[in-house]
Amino acid sequence: MQLIYEQSTPGRRGVKLPASDVPAAPALPAFLLRTEKAGLAEVSELDLVRHFTNLSRRNFSVDTNFYPLGSCTMKYNAKVLENAAALFAPFHPMTALLPGGEDFCQGTLGMLYDMGQMLADITGMDEVTTQPLAGAHGEMTGIMLIAAYHAAKGNKAKKKYVVVPDSSHGTNPASAAIAGYEIITVPTAPYGDMDLELFKKAMTDEVAAVMMTCPNTLGLFNPHIKEISDIAHSHDALMYYDGANLNAIMGKVKPGDVGFDVIHVNLHKTFGTPHGGGGPGSGPVGVKNALIPFLPQPRIIMDEDGKLLLETTNPGTIGRTANFFGNFGVMVKAYAYIIMLGREGLIQVSEQAVLNANYIKEKLKPYYNLPYDMICMHECVFSASKQLEHGVHAIDIAKFLIDKGYHPPTVYFPMIVKEAIMIEPTETESKATMDAFIEVMIEAAQTAENNPQALLDAPLTMPISRLDETKAAREQKVCCIG
Amino acid sequence: MNDSHYCPHTPEEIAEMLSDIGVASVEDLFSPIPSELRATTFNIPPGMSEFETFSRMQAIAGENRQGMINFIGGGFYDHIIPSVVDHLSGRSEFYTAYTPYQPECSQGTLQALFEYQTAICRLTGLDVSNASLYDGGTACAEAAMMALRVTGRNKIVIDGCVSPFSRQVLKTYLFNLDVEVVEITPLDGLLNRAELNSVLDDSVAAVLVQNPNFFGGIEDFTPLADQVHSAGALIIASVYPISLGILKSPGEIGIDIAVGDGQSLGNPLSFGGPSFGFIAAKKAFIRNMPGRIVGETVDRNGKRGYVLTLQAREQHIKRHKATSNICSNQGLCALRGLIFLSSVGKEGLADLAVLNRDKAEYAKEQLSSLPGVSVLQSTVTFNEFTLFLPKNADGVVASLLEHGIAAGVPLGQYYEGSENCLVVTVTEKRTKKEIDIFVKELEVALCN
Repeated sequence: MQLIYEQSTPGRRGVKLPASDVPAAPALPAFLLRTEKAGLAEVSELDLVRHFTNLSRRNFSVDTNFYPLGSCTMKYNAKVLENAAALFAPFHPMTALLPGGEDFCQGTLGMLYDMGQMLADITGMDEVTTQPLAGAHGEMTGIMLIAAYHAAKGNKAKKKYVVVPDSSHGTNPASAAIAGYEIITVPTAPYGDMDLELFKKAMTDEVAAVMMTCPNTLGLFNPHIKEISDIAHSHDALMYYDGANLNAIMGKVKPGDVGFDVIHVNLHKTFGTPHGGGGPGSGPVGVKNALIPFLPQPRIIMDEDGKLLLETTNPGTIGRTANFFGNFGVMVKAYAYIIMLGREGLIQVSEQAVLNANYIKEKLKPYYNLPYDMICMHECVFSASKQLEHGVHAIDIAKFLIDKGYHPPTVYFPMIVKEAIMIEPTETESKATMDAFIEVMIEAAQTAENNPQALLDAPLTMPISRLDETKAAREQKVCCIG
Repeated sequence: MNDSHYCPHTPEEIAEMLSDIGVASVEDLFSPIPSELRATTFNIPPGMSEFETFSRMQAIAGENRQGMINFIGGGFYDHIIPSVVDHLSGRSEFYTAYTPYQPECSQGTLQALFEYQTAICRLTGLDVSNASLYDGGTACAEAAMMALRVTGRNKIVIDGCVSPFSRQVLKTYLFNLDVEVVEITPLDGLLNRAELNSVLDDSVAAVLVQNPNFFGGIEDFTPLADQVHSAGALIIASVYPISLGILKSPGEIGIDIAVGDGQSLGNPLSFGGPSFGFIAAKKAFIRNMPGRIVGETVDRNGKRGYVLTLQAREQHIKRHKATSNICSNQGLCALRGLIFLSSVGKEGLADLAVLNRDKAEYAKEQLSSLPGVSVLQSTVTFNEFTLFLPKNADGVVASLLEHGIAAGVPLGQYYEGSENCLVVTVTEKRTKKEIDIFVKELEVALCN
């Protein structure tokens, strides 16, 4: 397809601007002006509409294809959530920060406050900040809160390390490193969880935090989690919960109850807000009481008359991690999702997410190597090791699935599983959809044995075949020249 | 059984699946969780229908003051959004997809992001752009961290005329690192050059400025760029993309890294988010860029296509050695930005910038002719300017809010000694009539 810039005709416009009703101002001095207008597209509205509509048709999406991308919780995004978010489009965030401005924003501030309360209940935390703009941003915020906690106790110099299991999401060590810590990685034991003995050896008083996701990225719930928390706390290290896998446990177990001190929640995963082709997400952070003094500002508080106010003068705060109140529009959707599903609905979400993952795991077990063969939670991780004997890699199976109309599962993650295929069906998929997917996965396994070349050639039905990624990295053509 | 109509199984299907798995109940699947760790409370209220949910959300939105006339900015701006932006970004093939890890079935998102990167490069006059960051504040912080990596130095100098929110975000990002942050106190709403000269030494990684700045002033940073480069440091500018319809581009000024908030490009105010941050830089710095980058390549048949590239910088490959921790960014908001820019187009963006300035100049003239009111800036401004009022601006703003006018951002809480200063923003959406009402109401408020 042509680029929008390749369809441009000088002078053409896509929208008419309002006419001016004020006198023209004297021109700015030439030394402040750009010498040439920015080379944006010059197309009609219809050209623009056709271009982007046709581009959209070159995407797989949850609304068009089963999208079992492990660790990303690609559940169906209810349409009413979009309508709800549109109600809040006109509200300027600065209004709340003006003197007396809170009075005019009680609806939006109240929703954020309620949202915090509900997320605190779901996760077993005491207070939630909605400021972080994505999961990884929440991780960074959470680790900064932990750093502030240690600094307030006079331990800034002493606390140097953050411990992560080798199965963790890449964002965990990256976030901790960006927040100033060195990383200690603990290997996974044959039973599928962080090796407890090696963990004990890694723990010293110099550890600031332990970051875990539970269930972990193998989809397994760590039965030693309480013991791990206790050991961490005995070294005055705090427990950080990566909420990426929260979809498995709502109403079943609360991270706060098992010893976690800080958690981020990915609203775009667990709470049904769309992923937007890579964002916007939203990553609210929940904390236990000991960390409340360090929360970002402005903090939304309620006075005794139930009025919402902004606290901006807390001396202990880490400051701000975003310009305003977080990705508010995403929170509107997540809030509507939570109140619509309610207590029983959320429990059912977790139950059926876990049911679906175990169903797929059992059905595919005869055809793919299952390195950790036990009850899983919301996702299961296979290895394409059997297929590799025929020269077929996980990526080839992924490309075959694309030809069959399925977005592939996550491949090559977690890194601890060779040729990993990580499947997360989510609760919103029907049995019929999963059965059809299972059939295609079986077909892929059979094709790997009978006709491996067919997998290596896939995909054949897309607008393009496999791309030369080396050329992209070498040439670094990241914008259209001319 | 079906408390959520988003969980489609019938009881019969569930029974069949349980039997295939070989367990007696769904509860058995939660047996890996030790019983003593199980939740004992879960206090979320009972659910409701879609209709009731929407009504509840309408009621919440109704608790905010409706129809406020905005003369406030401070980083978020009340601009027109062409209808095509909502309709096209509302294609669910875009908004229900995820990060394009599988390029063959994600060319829609990938090509759009490549076009977005192109728009940002052309707007800023720089060589490379990533596929977006979270917002303008975090973009400032990411640019500063990029400069620390590039130079290997450990001091960041920030002009105090940069948005106080962005400055705070940057300081928060850096607070636990071995980095010194020096803030230059503004002088009459402009960069205090003498103070800058006194701190610009060979430990400085970058100088961060904003144009137009938080007070609304426009400065020519071309000589400053040369001076900063002579000191071996990088110069980072936070810019307002609408102003780039007419203002000298960061590339022409000599800026190394340009950042900003993309909200004004087709994203609603939405109480502060989601918007997107943009970042563009000189080509030499591409490997130190944070976040996703889309690159052009060819497929097996030589056909043009797009992929996420230079992923060796990223967290999912490099883990703790990554250039940033970013995973999801603000892809859909960046798409809205691209559609906005493609709709207004090359000529339209310039016209839009002129329209903003004309409206603001009219308002500036009218407001500053009120008794006791003057304009702070000695320089030119774009669509924001700072008024010096004869009384404390906080009270004035509070009283105008009662009349449905958000008069501007009072500076007292952000700059010591600026209690009488008010930053007023006038976008193309404000009519002459609204400006005239504002002038009258301000006159009344100043008399009381």
